[in-house]
Amino acid sequence: MITLTHFLVVSACIFCIGLYTVIAKRNAIMILIGIELMINAAILNFVAFSKYDKINYGGQVFALFAIVLAAASVAVGLAIILNVYRHYKTINPDNITDLRD
Amino acid sequence: MNLEVFLFYAFAVLAIGSALLVVSLKNTARALFLFFITLFSMAGLFLFALADFVAITQIMVYVGGVLILMIFAFMLSNKELLADLQNISGSFISLPNWQSLLLALGFFAVILLGLKEWNNDMPDWMLSNIKSGDIISPNDNNIHQLGIKFMTQYVLPFEVISIFLLMALIGAAHLSRKEDTQ
Repeated sequence: MITLTHFLVVSACIFCIGLYTVIAKRNAIMILIGIELMINAAILNFVAFSKYDKINYGGQVFALFAIVLAAASVAVGLAIILNVYRHYKTINPDNITDLRD
Repeated sequence: MNLEVFLFYAFAVLAIGSALLVVSLKNTARALFLFFITLFSMAGLFLFALADFVAITQIMVYVGGVLILMIFAFMLSNKELLADLQNISGSFISLPNWQSLLLALGFFAVILLGLKEWNNDMPDWMLSNIKSGDIISPNDNNIHQLGIKFMTQYVLPFEVISIFLLMALIGAAHLSRKEDTQ
């Protein structure tokens, strides 16, 4: 029997791996991957709790919304990364220090 | 141990193991392709929570859209970017590896401690749903119900999210256009 705790432990593992990626990595694409891992862990929690909610289906509906939000954030984030590379010739966030030209 | 539990553990090990490999690999292209496996096995885990439509959407949107977009952005940018990504000398973003490892493990310990304290006492709505039998069962027609919910109860968030997606896509196309040379 798979209980709720199984899902919660797996999603905690995935979330912490994503957190490590965001903190430790030095290029912007890997940081974006870390953010995606964290969003996926949150979606797993939504879906696991939604099993007990047949009346409203709230968890599954908002898991779908979270997937759409993640897709939008990746599209905008990659466009920004490419533009930043064109300006600074690097995507290491350490070296990007100005907001203006 | 029955087949369901065995498959759940297999998917969980696959997801966590490939996520760990994504983090530890030096080569960004390999890490991107390994990220496929993580997302596929996460979709498998969604199936065990009886959310078939969410699992299919995960495969279509993430594996079919987001990852292809990442790989395109990675490959279409010029050669120096690729070389720059693989050459990881220089300073770290903010913290050295062992400090961020410590931070992540500490956060994990906090979550596990919270789970231990939680002690399986469920919130009221869950208890009442279990008592009245309103739990999703494997032979329910999920997609039918989800479609009805989207168009009745959740129609306002649905419209907001569609406008938001349109705005984000227009913004991304505007940001990544070619500058006019003058």
